[in-house]
Amino acid sequence: MPREMMYAEAMATAITEEMKRDSDVIFYGQNLGMTDRDPMVRMFGKNRVRITPISETAELGIAIGAAMTGLRPVVELWMSEFMLVAMGQVLNEAPRLRYMSGGQVKVPVVFKAGYGFAAGWAGQHSNCIYHTMMGVPGLKVAMPSCAADAKGLMAAAIRDDNPVIYLHHYMQMLDKGPVPDGDYVIPFGVADVKRAGSDVTVVATGWMVSKSLAAAEALAEKGISVEVVDPRTIEPLDIETIVNSVKKTGRLVVVDQATRHASVGAIIAGEVAERGFQHLKAPVKMVTALDTSIPYSEPLEKYVLPNEEKIIDAVKGVLNSMSRGA
Amino acid sequence: MPKKPTGKLGKERLIWMYTQMLRIREFEERVKRTFVEHPGVIRGHTHLADGAEASIVGALATRQKDDLAMPSYRCHGYPIVLGTSVKKMMAEIYGRKDGLCQGFGGSMHLADPAHHFPGTSGIIGQAIAHATGAALTAQVKKTGQVIYCFFGDGASKQGVFFESLNMAAVWKLPIVYILENNEYQAYTHISLEDANSVAGDRLSQKAEAFSMPGVTVEGTDVLKVYEAVGKAVKRARAGQGPCLIESKFYRFSAHGNAITIPPVPTQFPKHEAIETYGKKKEYAAARAKDPIQMFRKKLRSRGILSEPDAKRIEDSIRTELEEAVQFALASPFPAPEEATKYVFA
Repeated sequence: MPREMMYAEAMATAITEEMKRDSDVIFYGQNLGMTDRDPMVRMFGKNRVRITPISETAELGIAIGAAMTGLRPVVELWMSEFMLVAMGQVLNEAPRLRYMSGGQVKVPVVFKAGYGFAAGWAGQHSNCIYHTMMGVPGLKVAMPSCAADAKGLMAAAIRDDNPVIYLHHYMQMLDKGPVPDGDYVIPFGVADVKRAGSDVTVVATGWMVSKSLAAAEALAEKGISVEVVDPRTIEPLDIETIVNSVKKTGRLVVVDQATRHASVGAIIAGEVAERGFQHLKAPVKMVTALDTSIPYSEPLEKYVLPNEEKIIDAVKGVLNSMSRGA
Repeated sequence: MPKKPTGKLGKERLIWMYTQMLRIREFEERVKRTFVEHPGVIRGHTHLADGAEASIVGALATRQKDDLAMPSYRCHGYPIVLGTSVKKMMAEIYGRKDGLCQGFGGSMHLADPAHHFPGTSGIIGQAIAHATGAALTAQVKKTGQVIYCFFGDGASKQGVFFESLNMAAVWKLPIVYILENNEYQAYTHISLEDANSVAGDRLSQKAEAFSMPGVTVEGTDVLKVYEAVGKAVKRARAGQGPCLIESKFYRFSAHGNAITIPPVPTQFPKHEAIETYGKKKEYAAARAKDPIQMFRKKLRSRGILSEPDAKRIEDSIRTELEEAVQFALASPFPAPEEATKYVFA
């Protein structure tokens, strides 16, 4: 039975359920489980729920070492940029150890962090840095776009035997949606068609999925049928589903909150150019952030980020673009 | 110094320790010789542990059954003591299919979890956090294990060192940090880059920043290392938290083989003390305090090791390592298409 819950609650539910299911799962990070009244501490004790100093390199490195030796740590990082001070551990330790050992060890860790906080957090707390992670073989990257996915992808992340970066979006924390009860695991690398359509394919990640769905709704009123595809994990990336959708619609808009040349969108556009070019009736359009840092003041911030209007314009653009004739 | 420096160690154990020290030395000599005898067989960067034998063996001789060793990329010595096949180790360094990691890791990334050696990082200092994480596993799962974390003096200036020791102290993790001070971080002498060294202090003073015991020990004396590490291990196993042990010895080889651009073959250069700093006397003095020779002398003078026994041990180790080299040379290369294996579990 699905139950309405907030995105934030769905993530917490998955962590709690996985910790109940598997005593090897531990949870730690800065500013959490600070008192005995903390619900996680009450449920699982201070051995498995721990508070850490502000030491990202050690937090992540310790999680990696713990994972190598039999635990399944979930590290709460709060903001994805905090990983930047420990990027060696993220990009050059976690995904390398299994490979370098010739498959002798595994590193089942989850690095959980929020990203893209478009609420006046300015230059250093609102960025989209996942492109740095998705190109590193050995790392998986999940980006839930709704409450149900927040739960299902977290459960999958914790059960995965590889390092997983789980990126949640702060602007969606309070969004409610139906979430299946009990064991709910969304396999990685399986895109979800969030809305079926026939004229244009919109591939969007994270927060941009809800923006794209809103754009699709507005366009439907004008008789334009938009299919919205959410890859859900950008590594592994389900190109198959995207190409199949393009086969059907012949037109592709890729929406990504990241800056243009550091976006998942650029990767998707490249893959479609190689594997689905023959199906395209118009050039692919990318809707991304402008190539700037994120400014503080609200009108400036709004100006640089993708939004519903920019998506609508892009969809109209690919429809009006000169047809190559199918 | 204890009155009886051999302590509670029996004859058999002392000879075992001596044997392991010699095996490390012979292994490293054979790796080094490979650069001359079989140019091109060893690729990339290789770092040797000659000079560290007493420190490595003295520390690991205090191990109990399931305790783990987690060192840096200068990692050949430890698995030899832990029982890893030297044939597989050599084959790994030669990039062969029968290598410990099937040719995926090489010299800097030996791993043998089945022998309590979960793996290493090639990036200075980073594995200090991994070892600390292994200690977290031991604590959470109440396994009774102690983790032996080895790293060089250079690594003790990395942020990860400070962060990890702080967390280990806060959580009272069952780990012993063994700072191997061999005086040179890569190519730079410690007096140029370490605040404690500049001030003329011991490096174990860094422990005070984390309110944990810090001890400096003569790392060329296997029995002194055994005693100091043994105390720290006992403390860690009793749940009283980590210690930092500075083990002082001298690296006999250069930091690594020379970095050359293929097809120029690489060789081991002279030690930095000679090559860079022109300190021939410093190097000669360090070589005169060879930990293996010192221990051999001690065992001989106490009647623990007879000359024929010593000869027999030396011969058998020479044979063992000759076989390892031949095994590695004869082992095939991995099939190229294997390269995509092991990306994901």
